[in-house]
Amino acid sequence: MPFNLLVLACLGYVAFLFAVAFLAERRAAMGRVGWLRSPLIYTLSLSIYCTAWTFYGAVGYAARSGLEFLTIYLGPTLVFVGWWLLLRKLVRIGRQQRVTSIADLISSRFGKSNLLGIVVTLLAVVAATPYIALQLQSVTLSFAVFASETPEGWALPDRDATAIWVAAGLALFTILFGTRNLDANEQHHGVVLAIAVEAVVKLLALLAVGVFVVWGLAGGPADVFARIEASELRDWPLEPGRWTGLIFVSAAAVICLPRMFQVMVVEGGDERHLARASWAFPAYLLLMSLFIVPIAVVGLERMPDGANPDMFVLTLPLAEGQGTLAMLAFLGGFSSATSMVIVESIALATMVSNHVVMPIWLKLRPKAALTGDVRRTVILSRRLAIVAVLSLGYLYYRMSGGSAALAAIGLIAFVGMAQVMPVLVGGLFWRGATKVGAVAGLVTGFVVWAYTLYLPSFGPDAALSAAVFAEGPGGIGWLRPQALFGVEGLDPLLHALVWSIALNTFAFCLFSVLTFPGPVERMQGAAFVNVFDAEAAGPKGWTRGWAEPEALLMMTQRILGEEAALALFAAEARAQGKDGFLPEPTPDFVAGLERRLAGSVGAATAHAMISQLVGRATVSVEDLMAVANETAQIMEYSAQLETQREELTRTAQQLREANEKLTQLSVQKDAFLSQISHELRTPMTSIRAFSEILTEGDLPPEMVANYGRIIHEEAIRLTRLLDDLLDLSVLENGSVQLNIGLANLQQLIDRALAAAGHTRPERSFLILRDLPAENLFVRTDADRLVQVFINLISNARKYCDAAAPELRIVVRQRAGRVSVDFIDNGSGIPKQSQRIIFEKFARLTDQTRAGGAGLGLAICREVMANLGGGIDYLPGQGGAAFRVTLPLRLEQKAA
Amino acid sequence: MTSHVLLIEDEPNIAEAIRFLLSREGCRVSTLHDGIGAAEAVRTERPDLVILDLMLPGCSGLDVVEAIRAHPETGDTPVMMLTAKGQGRDREAAEKAGVTLFMTKPFSNAEMLASVRALVGK
Repeated sequence: MPFNLLVLACLGYVAFLFAVAFLAERRAAMGRVGWLRSPLIYTLSLSIYCTAWTFYGAVGYAARSGLEFLTIYLGPTLVFVGWWLLLRKLVRIGRQQRVTSIADLISSRFGKSNLLGIVVTLLAVVAATPYIALQLQSVTLSFAVFASETPEGWALPDRDATAIWVAAGLALFTILFGTRNLDANEQHHGVVLAIAVEAVVKLLALLAVGVFVVWGLAGGPADVFARIEASELRDWPLEPGRWTGLIFVSAAAVICLPRMFQVMVVEGGDERHLARASWAFPAYLLLMSLFIVPIAVVGLERMPDGANPDMFVLTLPLAEGQGTLAMLAFLGGFSSATSMVIVESIALATMVSNHVVMPIWLKLRPKAALTGDVRRTVILSRRLAIVAVLSLGYLYYRMSGGSAALAAIGLIAFVGMAQVMPVLVGGLFWRGATKVGAVAGLVTGFVVWAYTLYLPSFGPDAALSAAVFAEGPGGIGWLRPQALFGVEGLDPLLHALVWSIALNTFAFCLFSVLTFPGPVERMQGAAFVNVFDAEAAGPKGWTRGWAEPEALLMMTQRILGEEAALALFAAEARAQGKDGFLPEPTPDFVAGLERRLAGSVGAATAHAMISQLVGRATVSVEDLMAVANETAQIMEYSAQLETQREELTRTAQQLREANEKLTQLSVQKDAFLSQISHELRTPMTSIRAFSEILTEGDLPPEMVANYGRIIHEEAIRLTRLLDDLLDLSVLENGSVQLNIGLANLQQLIDRALAAAGHTRPERSFLILRDLPAENLFVRTDADRLVQVFINLISNARKYCDAAAPELRIVVRQRAGRVSVDFIDNGSGIPKQSQRIIFEKFARLTDQTRAGGAGLGLAICREVMANLGGGIDYLPGQGGAAFRVTLPLRLEQKAA
Repeated sequence: MTSHVLLIEDEPNIAEAIRFLLSREGCRVSTLHDGIGAAEAVRTERPDLVILDLMLPGCSGLDVVEAIRAHPETGDTPVMMLTAKGQGRDREAAEKAGVTLFMTKPFSNAEMLASVRALVGK
């Protein structure tokens, strides 16, 4: 068969895969996922477990070690059939926590530790490198086989060059479909469909070769069984230790290998599909392994000695001249290799970019998260990571010489990735597992694996010197890589597996017990370990958890206050028939408590807090967001309340003031009416009594005259009171008619003195005046001003208690205003009374004899206000002193 | 009948009218013009009736009533209170303080005489 045709077929096949992937991507982009997410596709995608190693290597394995190759299928079968629970838990957690890789899972479980992410990523990259090298090697080998078998006799120019071309092609495909866009769930529909197609191709190819071998080369099943009986395979002993170890390591691999995790958890993520796959995937493995032994036996019989049994699947049809079948077998192997490399490099690239590149990039450019194009950086870092991973694979292929048996290389990778197993299982089922424990376990396992299996795999004097193999580093015998702690004679693989896993688990458990998990770690731990409980119990029920009553009480105290919390707990304790403050935390009580706390801090916060204590801390990001929202709402609400409270306080204050004013007015009005009543009734009493006496007659004439005089006096007093009241009412209403004109102040004072002279005319009163100062003209209502003067002079005459009473009248003019002071030489008005003398009815002493009703000064004040001036009491003048001020020129008010 | 009436009234004209009326009826009337020393006067003079104005200079008639009632020797002396304010509130306060009769100004002479007779005449 011409080599060109082979290359052409290869390219055609790749083009076909491109088309499949492209159409699937487009379908998914249009939202029509449909059968792209089906149990069938899911199961087929899981078949990337079967790599070129399985396709070619299983036959070689059987030829070299008999049935031992079956362990590689038994491990996954046991996991899918027997440990379905673990897978379901993984898928559930993966969906809940949006896990993007196995490194992400481990990091997330242990408090989103980036250190753990880096450790797992490093481990995965190192472990995957030989595995990828293995795929390159198998593809290169298959090309070489075709080259050497071709009749044209062309020689493959350079195997290394072929490997480079293969690696580059794979990198291109992976970059195109693995990093075309960024999906939040890290799902790649195109890639998944492509590898599903490849899964079918490789199965069909292997079955076709098997059918050809059994029915074409041998004489049917019976003949094949006879041949197997006769072959040397029959004599291979079963080594229980190796079998156990290999079953374990392949079981671990199917869970932990980055590519398996990628298709099982990240790409799939549907528990129902997993249920189907639990029998369908083992069935696929069964079909894949069905013809391995027949091919191996027939191959050993027919092929010349020294032929590589790893290539029997390819060389047998070629040797028999079945070019088409050989081509199909080649494409099957090609499919196995490419699908593995593509998914593995996607998974590794995700890990490298998420856990190594991005954290560093964000650390170097802190503002990039806000301003930079993160998306572009992520995609670029993934593409570079893909290239780097494939380059590493290629380098390993070159370094390892490309000669080692395929199965051996695959197992090295398996044991490497199995180091994640203790931490993974511990993280899923043991809440006590801590980050420090995980790091300790992983690093220990990694170091032991690298020292006892990985570095030796390069061969003596490659990574480790021959001396180290023989005598240990620095001659320390018990540190020999393949005889650790003096354990000799063990199969190197088993030796490495036992020591790495044992020390790994030991370190993990020891450091987990010794250290204490942080808050996020504990939260995540609970979320992982109790992933099913949380959903089964529902979001609001507390049927499963158990909280320390004391812790509940302490938390409640912090929220409700000490007394309320104690009362609440004591009441519950009493209801349960217990003394003290600590009731059983029954589900009902805890649920009630949560509702109670929700009233204070919001439902989400209360739920989160109770969750912590009840030990089922399933506080998701959504919960925390809800808490934040609640807090914000509460704060906003309090701010509004505060504003409303202030407004209410202000309004209440205004109302109180208004009410006080009204009450005061009402009281004043009542007092005023009461005063008026008193002032009116008093003269009326005298008038009525004496008029009745006079009516009866029979009185001496002088008494008639006397009583008649009293009646007259009281009648005048009554009239004056009514006049004053009317006057005051007019003045207070501001409806007074002023008669403004020019008047000489001196003449006005003369008028006032003359009018007031009738008050207590029996007293001699000395009036002291400064006539030149009084001689000025004012523009005002002269009659009103005289009324004020009369009032003041009368008061002085009435109340001045000096033996030789005198009144000084002082006139001053300043800045357009005139002041007139009336100062007597009496004892004056007591300080505490000076304030009230201008109020109505503020009669200080018995003034009946003077006939006043106590309205005089009140009227004066109103008059002066109407005249644009004022009247004040002047304290400290040695007697009663009043100052009247008025403008020199009063302007007529606009009507 | 020669009843002794103590009149405490600051309005001289009203005091004169009451004095004239009661004297004509044969009462002996002594007059005070303010409340200061009124209770003291009641104790020393032991009148048969006290006629008291509510609004007195210096103190309230209510204080005087309370002082009269508080003293064991004068506690049962009848007190007639006169007021020119005549509000219900004042009447209540006066009765509470122990006033025997409350009379509003202005009054008719007949009304005054009948009340005095009722209080002292038996």
